[in-house]
Amino acid sequence: MTPTLGLAPVREQLANGVTLIVTQTPTQPAVTISAAMSVGSLCDPIGADGTAHLLSRLLDRAVGTRTADEVADVLDFHGVSPSITVSRHTTTVSCDCLAGDVEPVLGLVGDMLRAPACSDADVEIRHGQVMTGLREDEDSPSTRALEAVMPLLYGAHHPYGRATKGSPATVEPIERSQLLDFHAARFAPDRLTLVLVGDITVSAAVAAATEACGGWRGQAAPLVSPPLPPPAPPVHRRLVIPMPAKSQADIVYGFTTIVRSDPAFYAYWVMNNVLGQYGIGGRLGQSIRERQGMAYYAGSMLEAGHIAGPLLVRAGVNAENVDRALESIDIEVAGLARDGATGQEVTSAKRYLCGAMPRSLETNAGIARFLQTAQQFDLGLDHDSRLPGLVDAVTVEAVAEAARRTLVPEQAAVVIAGPYEGS
Amino acid sequence: MNGAAEASEPNLYNRPVSGQPSRPDGVLPPPRVAVLDNGLQVRIIESHTAPLVSVWCWYGVGSKDEGPGLTGVSHWVEHMNFKGTAGIPADEFKQFIDRFGGFWNGYTWIDQTTYVATATKDALDQMLFLEAERMDRCLYDTAATESERTVIVSELQGGENDPDHLLDIEVTATAFKAHPYRHPTIGWVGDLHAMSRDDLHGYYRRYYTPTNATLVIVGDVDADNALRQAERRFGGIRAGATPTRRRTVEPEQTGERRLEIERDGTTGYLKVAYHAPAVIDSDFAPMLVLDAALTGAKGLNLWASFGGPTPQRRARLYRTLVDTGHAAAVDGSFVATADPYLFMVSATATGGTPLAELRDLTLAALDRVCAGGVPPDEVARARRQLQARIVLENNSITNVGHQVGFFETVAGPGVLAQLPARIAGVTPEDVARVAARYLATSNRTVGWFQPI
Repeated sequence: MTPTLGLAPVREQLANGVTLIVTQTPTQPAVTISAAMSVGSLCDPIGADGTAHLLSRLLDRAVGTRTADEVADVLDFHGVSPSITVSRHTTTVSCDCLAGDVEPVLGLVGDMLRAPACSDADVEIRHGQVMTGLREDEDSPSTRALEAVMPLLYGAHHPYGRATKGSPATVEPIERSQLLDFHAARFAPDRLTLVLVGDITVSAAVAAATEACGGWRGQAAPLVSPPLPPPAPPVHRRLVIPMPAKSQADIVYGFTTIVRSDPAFYAYWVMNNVLGQYGIGGRLGQSIRERQGMAYYAGSMLEAGHIAGPLLVRAGVNAENVDRALESIDIEVAGLARDGATGQEVTSAKRYLCGAMPRSLETNAGIARFLQTAQQFDLGLDHDSRLPGLVDAVTVEAVAEAARRTLVPEQAAVVIAGPYEGS
Repeated sequence: MNGAAEASEPNLYNRPVSGQPSRPDGVLPPPRVAVLDNGLQVRIIESHTAPLVSVWCWYGVGSKDEGPGLTGVSHWVEHMNFKGTAGIPADEFKQFIDRFGGFWNGYTWIDQTTYVATATKDALDQMLFLEAERMDRCLYDTAATESERTVIVSELQGGENDPDHLLDIEVTATAFKAHPYRHPTIGWVGDLHAMSRDDLHGYYRRYYTPTNATLVIVGDVDADNALRQAERRFGGIRAGATPTRRRTVEPEQTGERRLEIERDGTTGYLKVAYHAPAVIDSDFAPMLVLDAALTGAKGLNLWASFGGPTPQRRARLYRTLVDTGHAAAVDGSFVATADPYLFMVSATATGGTPLAELRDLTLAALDRVCAGGVPPDEVARARRQLQARIVLENNSITNVGHQVGFFETVAGPGVLAQLPARIAGVTPEDVARVAARYLATSNRTVGWFQPI
């Protein structure tokens, strides 16, 4: 056991390699279960993009010896609806349940990850749903723009350039046998991090986790081999996706940044807050929404990852304003890169990011997300205690350097989707 | 640095510091109730689980209070109330709470407009100052009004990009002939282009008064001190006139209504809307259970409902439509409203499923429930789901603050506290009765989006 201050999570390793992290917060008779398997879309076989995602949609159908109806009975009886998500690196099953229901619900979550049956009937149903979702995405300017910027930034064949959910062309031919092979090769207990937060003692959590997952045996294929390649060389790229029947155009304007484990991450975090978050969308929101009234939303997001993750500027504007909005983004991005942020901006952003911590860690689900991130990027069990100090140590100069290295308009990847023909 | 975020602070997070017991029944602790001399209702709940406080300020005004030519004014006024006050310059207003690491927002819907901020507890006085300013001293600068006009049109157009959203607006407008619930909260675009600064300011002055507001404070506060702080910030605001309103009662629907939207798209959508009871109606709780049995329990918290999927795998319509591969998704919407609103079922057709087939299957399933009700085991599961959701949806001070203010504003005193017992008391006979009454063919509007 490794007790620490702050959240004071306790980490245990089960004999079969499952990592268990527990934080007891007995303020509500409920527990958040977060089970993250280090298997994501990066593991999709070449030509079968969307395999991990389609498999994830089958985890809550028939599992082990339980039929899909029996699984549904357990979930609905306890009022539980697991959220199952797939990112490039992980497949996560998470849910909240009443404290008294942890054992049956956790037992089911363990079965979901260990033994999805992928019956023919279930595959057909989920296949149809996923294909429908992909077609809906094709009709959404914001989703189209967001997905299209990644291959521009990373290259179409880079693992980050491939779509997490795949496309109709890659998902349509995926068969049951491929899903089962994928699961057998990739899902194993030593890939699982189980986080339990809520009205549960550590000993009860260990007992429940052992009961749910302790009997799982197996070893997964190597995580990712070979190592992830770097992003594509930074040159200006622009793509227009005409969607003439839509009312509004969505802009995504992106760069690659740094890896999450880089000590400079905190300077990038502050820089992104100044650029596209503080107040209502930072400098971008002040210009595009507040001063010019062009957009309901304008801001930026930063996703530092296992390789240099993206920083994406996003705005939704009338087609007539696309060029003016792009010009405004250029100005704000170039200005921050050229002049850096002011001392006041850096101080305000740091106060915001530190002050937001108690709020983001107020709920069991928020704590579980934080602990999963800390585990995924090896940030330490005491990361919650160290984080304010790490942010506070960020200097004006470090923020300027982060902006100078990243925010180069000539190297941006730009996608516009909507009723816009382009200039 | 914000002192509350120092690493040495031992109780930063969700940890018990006062030994507050868990509430296994999901019933919230009773709030401290006060009424200021100017009529402002105040509700305070102490919750010492984290060094945070959430402040909600609720106004009894929503899009149902809007007349012709002014649709969308409530929502636009909400936007204008973030554009600076006499005491807080416009360029500082949206950063006011961020200084404390806080979260802030606002929303407008058919019955209510509300503003929220959640931040470290040392921000309480500033949060109250901001809300008092907002209630009485917003600027309504002409240039800011024009700038916000295009922001709101952009918001409307962003919504129009979603065909499911478009269909929702059309079905709602068709279901209501007389009641102002018929127009969308964001307004009709023609009204948004025509409305003036004086229209907005006049509406603001009419409805933003202490007598039409409820202030809710939840968090790591001492209730007596918090009330004193509220009195100091709000006590000087004059009461103002209580807004008078004309009310329209929607006439009983006399036959099924249907509509079709044909537009460019990739996916077909279906919506079936039934007129449904208001929150104070004795049929509300049975209808809530009926919705849970048909499409899964959503709980009672509009704010928290955005947080996760609905437990619905054994729900009647999920099994009929999704498990058979006809729909990629099905959902039900039935929420607490001041006047009778809608119970709406929505379904997304899978590729290869003709909309007519999806529509016929859905209507047949609903007609069977209308005729025969729901078996006791399905009612019991729906009740249990709802009871679990009511616990889980109150998992933060922000969510608790929403519930207290929402029900005070939309339903009136005491309704929220009674709902868990009302739900627990729902019988299969109650569900059968409301199914027969509300799921009648003549009470429904059916709409679909046909992609071309």
